Amino acid sequence: MADRKYTEDHEWVEVDGDSGVIGISEYAQEQLGDVVFVELPEVGKVLDRGDEVAVVESVKAAAEVYAPVGGEVLEVNEDLNGDPSLVNTDPFGDGWFAKLKLSDPDELDELMDEDTYKKFVEGLS
Amino acid sequence: MRYLPLTDADRSAMLAEIGAASIDDLFVDVPKDARFGGSFDLSDHMAEFEVEQTMSAMAAKNLTTAGAPSFLGAGAYRHHVPATVDHLIQRGEFLTSYTPYQPEISQGTLQALFEFQTMVALITGMDVANASMYDGATACAEAVLMARRITRRNRAVISGSVHPHYSAVTETQAKYVDIAIDIREPDLTGDEDLTGLIDGDTACVVVQNPGVFGHVRDLTPLAEACHAAGALLIVVVTETVSLGAIRSPGEMGADIVVAEGQSLGNPQGFGGPYVGLFAAREKYVRQMPGRLAGETVDADGKRGWVLTLSTREQHIRREKATSNICTNSGLCALAFTIHLSLLGEDGFRDLAMLNHARASQLADRLAEVPGVEVLPDAFFNEFALRLPGDAAAAVEAMAARNILAGVPASRLYGAGSGLDDILLVAASELTGQAEMDALVSGLPEVLA
Amino acid sequence: MTHSSDLSRARPAANAGIERETVLGHRGLQLEEPLLFEIDNPGASGVDLPEAGDYTDHLGGTARKGAIGLPSVSEPEVVRHFTRLSQKNYAIDMGTYPLGSCTMKHNPRLNEKMARLPGFAAVHPLQPVSTVQGALELIDSVAHWLKELTGMPAVAMSPAAGAHGELCGVMAIRAALDDREGGPTTRRRILVPDSAHGTNPATAAVCGFAVDAIPSDERGRVDVAAFADKLDDDVAGIMITNPNTCGLFEPDMVEIAKLIHDAGGYFYCDGANFNAIVGKVRPGDLGIDCMHINLHKTFSTPHGGGGPGAGPVVLSDALAPFAPVPWVVHGDDGFALVEHVGEAGDARPFGRLKGFHGQMGMFIRAYAYMLSHGRDGLRQVAEDAVLNANYVMHSLSDVMTPAFDGPCMHECLFDDRFLKDTGVTTLDFAKAMLDEGYHPMTMYFPLVVHGAMLIEPTETESKRGLDEFVAVMRALVARAKNGDAEAFLAAPTTTPRRRLDETAAARSPVLRWTPETETAEAAE
Repeated sequence: MADRKYTEDHEWVEVDGDSGVIGISEYAQEQLGDVVFVELPEVGKVLDRGDEVAVVESVKAAAEVYAPVGGEVLEVNEDLNGDPSLVNTDPFGDGWFAKLKLSDPDELDELMDEDTYKKFVEGLS
Repeated sequence: MRYLPLTDADRSAMLAEIGAASIDDLFVDVPKDARFGGSFDLSDHMAEFEVEQTMSAMAAKNLTTAGAPSFLGAGAYRHHVPATVDHLIQRGEFLTSYTPYQPEISQGTLQALFEFQTMVALITGMDVANASMYDGATACAEAVLMARRITRRNRAVISGSVHPHYSAVTETQAKYVDIAIDIREPDLTGDEDLTGLIDGDTACVVVQNPGVFGHVRDLTPLAEACHAAGALLIVVVTETVSLGAIRSPGEMGADIVVAEGQSLGNPQGFGGPYVGLFAAREKYVRQMPGRLAGETVDADGKRGWVLTLSTREQHIRREKATSNICTNSGLCALAFTIHLSLLGEDGFRDLAMLNHARASQLADRLAEVPGVEVLPDAFFNEFALRLPGDAAAAVEAMAARNILAGVPASRLYGAGSGLDDILLVAASELTGQAEMDALVSGLPEVLA
Repeated sequence: MTHSSDLSRARPAANAGIERETVLGHRGLQLEEPLLFEIDNPGASGVDLPEAGDYTDHLGGTARKGAIGLPSVSEPEVVRHFTRLSQKNYAIDMGTYPLGSCTMKHNPRLNEKMARLPGFAAVHPLQPVSTVQGALELIDSVAHWLKELTGMPAVAMSPAAGAHGELCGVMAIRAALDDREGGPTTRRRILVPDSAHGTNPATAAVCGFAVDAIPSDERGRVDVAAFADKLDDDVAGIMITNPNTCGLFEPDMVEIAKLIHDAGGYFYCDGANFNAIVGKVRPGDLGIDCMHINLHKTFSTPHGGGGPGAGPVVLSDALAPFAPVPWVVHGDDGFALVEHVGEAGDARPFGRLKGFHGQMGMFIRAYAYMLSHGRDGLRQVAEDAVLNANYVMHSLSDVMTPAFDGPCMHECLFDDRFLKDTGVTTLDFAKAMLDEGYHPMTMYFPLVVHGAMLIEPTETESKRGLDEFVAVMRALVARAKNGDAEAFLAAPTTTPRRRLDETAAARSPVLRWTPETETAEAAE
């Protein structure tokens, strides 16, 4: 069971040591519809928590994705350039956006865990 | 009234259906003191023939370029538009259709736009083109803002070869955006060297070819200088027919090409509506402003077209849009496409060479007029003359003889620009020997 | 984001209908037509040109070499090609466009005839002013009509479309503020209702402003209390559409004007919906500082498949000094043009927005329309537009769900509550309308209402035409409520193309035709 933490804007971060992988949730990709393009950050960019890290585009919408935690961008998912549909088909796996080196692991405490997020999403509909 | 289908009987019946006593009931939300109770200083309705008489009288007060020898260019050109063009664009299905947001019932518009985009890319030598902008000048401004987005640098250098309307519009549109616009001195000699001005802060260099004074140049060295510094080269073309004779901006290394498409399919029309062409390298497509028609398939697997990459646009991206443009110049783009379809590969090249031939013949004859100097050695269908006197005065004097001798540079740049003796003269396939005779013999008389 | 998601979902429609295949795919009068590049016939041409004769080459070595790649076809083929394309388009000439906020009224052909008078069409913008007095008079006359109808003292004629006019108005506001403060203004916040069109925030951003959204109240109007709360000395202005994008008159305009002026800001009015009040209300009386007018909406100039339009902007005394060049002046010697910032006298133009003088061709068309209707006729236009919209709303409000109570202005807004539990979305409903012979209404706009359907019949729809439209809408609603969702998902079935895959178009954009050899090379 993955140890993911979530924001109210439906971003998730999955921690591994002092780095974390980020992406958007199943609910978010559902809401967006077919993803056609993802604008990814530059490797090396340093972000604060809440900074815009990516933009996800569907045919009729563009949604900003905000960094759930602060850090330096170590890697981005180049696969999304050739196949943005990965965000729809596997948002928690192959549809990941970027890997960050966490600047402050304490920020994770302010995020929702799996169960809390699940209840949050249920409350939305 | 002929445009209003409702009769008084209809109105009564409809009000009764709604349960409203009068039309005023439906305007109940308008505060009483907001309702205009006065009288407008305007005429009452007119019969169609009365409107025609009024407007024809107004039109008759103008001297037309069809009725007089005309050598006016400077960004708008007199060309022959085949009769077919105007008939096709007046088909109701083109004239009175809306933006193709419902692609299933707009394939005519969308396919035509796709053909337009392809033609613009071909003639400019670029990878992709959009479905048009308002005009060349606003396209130029948008190109500079696009270069800023791409390079994240905030300085643009505008060559002295660029039409002053284009640099003015660019400067205005960039006024409240974080980019400095450096407009260079008018390049009368064609010798301008911008390479020393390009550095790590330069987002783009904007150059016009043929230049506003007519000079035609090879832009390859300038393109190389730009790219070496990480800047983009934006090339402006005000006379699209020149692309049939001169090496394309794409071939010479342009990153973005903007042009005025009026020359093909569209009348001079006292300045508008015109059509802006906008083309760029493939890698920049997501930074392009304006609408884009793209190919796809329908549910039956049949090829069709849709407006695409809409997330760049204002109705989705709102404050982060690449531009606020919504309505563009669709019908003018269609006219352009139809005209270029009739011309075709050979016709476009032949038309261009015919334009150059006429300008060349005219220039050689004008060069023999005492005191008159043709400034550019290399030009397409327009060139600047240095006159032994005030160009605007000469033009006025010629106009009194019903000859439209050209555009004085002082008209373009304003009084006190130091260009008072410069006259811009254009020719086209319509410039016959008699017209040339009139100019060549008339000019020395008014200059005396 | 939530309610546009069904717009972004590719739905493979059921392949309904059994049709006999034809040899070329034609179906009676519906003719398939390839790309012009695919009927290229090298050697053919649609023009004849004379020989150039002798001349000296002056191209200076820049001659183009190599093929351009344009197709070669004859005139008959060009005519057939574009005629066939035209037949795949819906148009006002053939049917109703109930598009809210677009004002798709009849485009009179008198407009076209007048625009083509040689005295207007064959005139160069930079001819000596003495030779174009009639052209300048035309622009001046249209300017007069716009000022009179809006009750405003000045007008900037050069903007090329509504969005361009917005840019003009907001730039004038920025220029006025900078002028007042003697440098870049500290006021950078523009208040915009959450129901606003996307051009509003896009425009604000270009002028160095940030947008702050004002909520609508439960009646669909600007929440004046919420607006007043947001006022501070960093507010530059407010942008309001009136009537608003919900089709409702903003009754608090005068109060809003007073509040924004007291706070030191300016009032921009988006005039896209002027058709509801032309001849009956002068926006100038409501306290606005500027308003753009869409000549291609209110004043009948044709949409042409996406333009050209024209967006002149009327201006108050406060903003008039900052209007962009050029403008027409009328003196004892006749008409003239002010074309340069340096020749503007006491005025302080913020610059130039467009090449040459503006959309002359659209001025001519609008003028023919203005003269035809006259001041009395334009008043009738607004009344019939409002009557038609209310008639439609009344005729549908028992089966569809109007978003707000009370009468509407020239357009009526519904939300998708009536489709709840039917499995049919606003999008599906719209696609079914295509089969019924109608362009759908504006959908998913304004954003303040879920699954919005904004219907604007305009005054040029007959009662019979409205009754037919209502009958079709009622039948579709009944079908949806009867559980026939499959039929909606499969629609349209009779149009030249079925639903198109917009996802694929955006994921792998193909924005031009390329010859097969090039495509093959690229694939290697």
